[in-house]
Amino acid sequence: MATLEPVLEVRDLTTQFDTQDGMVHAVTDVSFTLNKGEFLGVVGESGSGKSVTVMSLLRLIPMPPGEIVSGEAIFEEEDLLTLDMKDLRDIRGGRIGFIFQDPMTSLNPVLKIGFQITEALTIHRGTDPEAAELRAIELLDMVGIPDPEVRVKSYPHELSGGMRQRVMIAIALACNPKVLIADEPTTALDVTIQAQIIEIIKELRDRLGTAVIWITHDLGVVASLADRVVVMYGGQIVEEAPVAQVYGSPQHPYTMALLKSVPRLDQKGANLEAIKGQPPRLASPPSSCEFAPRCGFAYSRCLEENPTLRPISESHQVACWWDVDKGEPRYDH
Amino acid sequence: MTTERLESGSAPTTTPGDGEVLLRVTDLEKYFPITTGLFRRHVGDVKAVDGVSFDIHRGETLGLVGESGSGKSTIGRVVLQLHRATGGSVLFEGVELTEIEGEALRQTRPRMQIVFQDPHASLNPRMTVGSVIAEPLREHSVSRGADRQFRVEELLSVVGLDPLHANRYPHEFSGGQRQRIGIARAIALNPDFIVCDEPIAALDVSIQAQVVNLLKALQDEMGLTYLFISHDLSMIRHIADRVAVMYLGRFMELAGVDAVYEKPLHPYTVALHSAVPVPDPMVESTRKRIILEGDIPSPSNPPPGCGFNTRCPIAQERCSSQVPEWREVEPGHWVACHFAEQSASMLEAATGVS
Repeated sequence: MATLEPVLEVRDLTTQFDTQDGMVHAVTDVSFTLNKGEFLGVVGESGSGKSVTVMSLLRLIPMPPGEIVSGEAIFEEEDLLTLDMKDLRDIRGGRIGFIFQDPMTSLNPVLKIGFQITEALTIHRGTDPEAAELRAIELLDMVGIPDPEVRVKSYPHELSGGMRQRVMIAIALACNPKVLIADEPTTALDVTIQAQIIEIIKELRDRLGTAVIWITHDLGVVASLADRVVVMYGGQIVEEAPVAQVYGSPQHPYTMALLKSVPRLDQKGANLEAIKGQPPRLASPPSSCEFAPRCGFAYSRCLEENPTLRPISESHQVACWWDVDKGEPRYDH
Repeated sequence: MTTERLESGSAPTTTPGDGEVLLRVTDLEKYFPITTGLFRRHVGDVKAVDGVSFDIHRGETLGLVGESGSGKSTIGRVVLQLHRATGGSVLFEGVELTEIEGEALRQTRPRMQIVFQDPHASLNPRMTVGSVIAEPLREHSVSRGADRQFRVEELLSVVGLDPLHANRYPHEFSGGQRQRIGIARAIALNPDFIVCDEPIAALDVSIQAQVVNLLKALQDEMGLTYLFISHDLSMIRHIADRVAVMYLGRFMELAGVDAVYEKPLHPYTVALHSAVPVPDPMVESTRKRIILEGDIPSPSNPPPGCGFNTRCPIAQERCSSQVPEWREVEPGHWVACHFAEQSASMLEAATGVS
């Protein structure tokens, strides 16, 4: 299990996009810590800001229209958000690996996969080509690709979706990263292939001690993988706690509602409690709780003031004015 | 029939025969030809659907699960005659749909509708929502003028949208709302049967439940019959009365929902269940998984014998030579596996998962 030694600390990250329809406040004041060897699940729906958060960390959002307005992201005593581009490039794909959702669009179709894996090694490590190829074969073997000596010479279109995602993982792991960021890495895959990928990542985490940020909308995947969970809604973190607490005693009405709205394979059809209404459009900076219009617990304060993320116990943080356990406002002032 | 279903509990569920059969599909085949060269020489077939038989009873929901490329969407389309079958029969209330065309087929369309996966692609962006929903009414001359307008507004409110929004365009709605528009269009002609082709796959988690609850409510009110196609096994358990599991163009298993989820007999069904994570870390921490190796074979070049034999943890020699018979192992419980009776103990011995 994770020892509490932070590898990545994000504080007050705020990212906006200047679009035709006006400013979109995609991420507002997001803070979290990733500890060494820890598996952090980030859950949220589309537009909740989960992808923009991690893309902002490596400054992978298109700027403009995107702009990182404020915040810092401390990785190995350096702030990723102010680092100069040359040093940042050194970290991207080197000490921080990235796996994207769609392996077809993130692999270069005209380059052999062996080259795409070794590219990271030759750039970041200056490894010579022969050694790099051996390492590529080793990596392909590690992510469970059969006949790695042959496959290293394949092009992406010759591989299935699941195989391509394994190649993506191999690329991300090429330089033994301290942190692996996986943005919906199994969403485009079938369940039996998803199970394979999850198994590989679990094994690699245990073996290499890589800290992982895994972004998903699938509550089942997070339950099976994560040590700690961050729940995002409307560009903000609304709840953060160890996985057992988030599922066992969720404290934010959104987390509670989300868990009640998904069916479970191991239980038969009780009624699903749908969350009424629509996710927010984030057209203005939050001045009230973004979830209030859909929340069954909302009271006057929720419409007047945006709750910030505050600790309610040593390991549990929530951004809500209402204490769902006691059935009364959480703060007097 | 509805009460019977509700009371059946964990006992063997609906057997074919009780309740009126609305749709009977027999030995359905859909082969897409593979051609090559200038003269489009026929060199093979993609066997998208390869000999599938099932009944759907009036008022029930048949869930159809499978991974991508298994042929589940093709079945939906062939049943509705959006693709014509290359073999087999589709009987809808006694009418052989594969043999009729033109006006006769058009006359059956109001009875059978479809809700598509992608609510962005299935609504014409240049038509107002009102005219999208009115189109089937217009096409089949059901109502006109103020009546039609009234019906459109009624349909909008039935699916939970504001009738005043009939003049808006699809892009002004969110994904979940667009799916509601697609549903309003599908129920406009009071159909008996709706194919729901992954209707929630493109929606956010919190919106999925809204749409599923709407479909369920409409079913209760209008007595609708659904073929509900999905890759989401948890949602299928929630919505279906009976479930068919498909792999590589063939059915692997078909039974009442409780039997399929609590006592699956096909190793593929067991493996599928095992692959789906449950949103409960306590359950997950003790769960053992069957991890299937490899990928789904290409439907243009399926393995001989049982389609699943290349990945099956308990495959024996005959599985790669002999196609398993589609047989009723228990009343109402159909399986295509040589070892259906012993599959549970064989799987436990092979994988340690019981």
